[in-house]
Amino acid sequence: MADVAINVEDVSKRFRIYHERNQSVKSAVMRRGRARFEEFWALRDVDLEIPYGKTYGLVGHNGSGKSTLLKCLARILVPDKGRVVANGRISALLELGAGFHPELSGRDNVYLNGSILGLSRRDIDARFDDIVEFAGLEQFIDTPVKNYSSGMYVRLGFSVAINVEPDILLVDEVLAVGDEAFQRRSAAKFDQFRDEGRTIVVVSHALGSVRNMCDEVAWLDHGRVLEVGPADAVVGKYADATTQTPTEPAHVHPSDVRMTGLTALVDGRPVQELAVGSPIDLRLEWQADRAVAGLLLAVQLRTSDGMLIGTARSDALGPLTLGPGTGAVDLHLESWPTAAGTYVLDAVVLEQGEPERELDRLSDAARLAVVAEGARGHEGLILLGGSWS
Amino acid sequence: MSGPKLVQEVREVVASRELLVNFVRRELRSKYKGTFLGWAWSLINPLATTLIYTAVFAVVMRVQPPVGVDGLTNYALFLLCGLLPWNFLAVAVQGGQTVLLDNGNLIKKTYFPRRLLLLSHIGAGFVTFLVEMGVLVVVFAFFGVNALPWIPLLLVIMVLFAAFGLGLALALSVANVYFRDVAHFVGLFMQIWFYATPIVYPLALVQGLGGGTGRWNGIPLADLATLNPAVAFIEPIRDMFYDGTFPEPRYLLAAVGWALLTLLVGNLVFRRLEPRLAEEL
Repeated sequence: MADVAINVEDVSKRFRIYHERNQSVKSAVMRRGRARFEEFWALRDVDLEIPYGKTYGLVGHNGSGKSTLLKCLARILVPDKGRVVANGRISALLELGAGFHPELSGRDNVYLNGSILGLSRRDIDARFDDIVEFAGLEQFIDTPVKNYSSGMYVRLGFSVAINVEPDILLVDEVLAVGDEAFQRRSAAKFDQFRDEGRTIVVVSHALGSVRNMCDEVAWLDHGRVLEVGPADAVVGKYADATTQTPTEPAHVHPSDVRMTGLTALVDGRPVQELAVGSPIDLRLEWQADRAVAGLLLAVQLRTSDGMLIGTARSDALGPLTLGPGTGAVDLHLESWPTAAGTYVLDAVVLEQGEPERELDRLSDAARLAVVAEGARGHEGLILLGGSWS
Repeated sequence: MSGPKLVQEVREVVASRELLVNFVRRELRSKYKGTFLGWAWSLINPLATTLIYTAVFAVVMRVQPPVGVDGLTNYALFLLCGLLPWNFLAVAVQGGQTVLLDNGNLIKKTYFPRRLLLLSHIGAGFVTFLVEMGVLVVVFAFFGVNALPWIPLLLVIMVLFAAFGLGLALALSVANVYFRDVAHFVGLFMQIWFYATPIVYPLALVQGLGGGTGRWNGIPLADLATLNPAVAFIEPIRDMFYDGTFPEPRYLLAAVGWALLTLLVGNLVFRRLEPRLAEEL
């Protein structure tokens, strides 16, 4: 048992969705009894062993139950079936500063919040200076927190939670807190946590950081566990699954000129998979109801979670006149610029001028799985390349 | 099955007693934050109500206070013996029933034994109650009555009263999460209860109805009064302080019974409705 930090045994959790809720006795009587609600299972027979000293990720699309599971781990929600057994002190970072009382000073709130997280007064005394210093609030610690800026508020909340030094830390997408300097310190603190052999459970949509941070990952879908295993493998499968069911390409601004497709070509053949660093052609297909002049085409490259990586514009061709009818324009890349992973391409048509106007954008026009022979040297987002001497 | 669960619940609360102290401190500190008079308010309020009730009931309506210890006849002192305990109960119940709603965010985002919110609310009220009763002892001394020997028994009754209030607050607070009507209903009920309890008038006045039968239009009001749990706590306090006599044992027994029964039932209701709190709030 000592190597298991949290044991999740056949946990099921049912939620009620009220149609018209009986929050008054009158409506309860009028409707003769119970409120009308539908039940749905947010978690179904979830069986997991979260190993001690590992960083464990929970991935899945919205509504997959990952946040519900995290709340069950934190004992905020009580499962309808099954049970959660935790070995060690748990601290949950669900909402920072959730326990703060606005009228009380920062100092009082540190003690209050610390004791909610399970620290004794003596523990907090010992850590107090660290907490305040980490939050960078030495000058304001005796000010009521209602006068804090939202950044100060969250920083203090984070600082208390992280300095509790729990055996198990539960994190729900709250890593991006405060300014850059604070984020760096937070990241360093997480690393220190991992090095000290504490257990971290992370819920995140940012697949890149899950892959980097986590040792093991569980993939949830509609309340069930689909896959458990090493982070790289499971995140990869999850990313593939979202690639295989691509969202319908969407036109953002329908107009006289539309982008109708984007095809990736290798040696003239359409592809959906590509080796790292290989040459590629991107064919942008357009359709125009009438002849439109002064246009510009662009391709934008994104990660599968939507972060913009780069843009290629057709400025070199000069102002384009397209239509009426359909046609295609090619963009040749000598060497594909990213590391391995799944990437999304948008096709854009713009009208030149000051300011430029986006006429149409076909978002999610194509998805490319970029593969590498062996992972070594392909960490990160782009190929750094360069020549050594 | 109720036994081991209760033990577990008590253990959980005992284990987080430091958080309880912090919650009580939070409640006491934030109560008069930002006011100029601060803690003086906790004494000004009962003083003001005493003045109002004395003006209305003793001066205008001429309610005769009974003759107490050493021939003491003072309506204000008579009133305070009942009013201070009542105020504690009113705060415990009416404030306690919204405690879970007021702390919704805390419940949805953090874990701690939820009972602590109720316990700390009652605890904070109890601290105020202690201070007020302490002041009352001084006031009685000022009128030449030494109430000090009664303090040990007074404390026992106060603790029982707090258990009674806690039981009510436990049940009402969770009920209020599911039915918001509860709060309004309780507000009305507390008003009725206040006048049904011999606080502004002596119990003897009710017992003297109908030529000493305690009946009014055939309704046995005096007997009903003995079923009123608030009487079981308030009468002994008045017996000791104002009359200078040892409380009637039947009231003391009733006080123990009511305290235990209410606390157990309240806890049972709370246990039943507690698991889905974070979803329903």
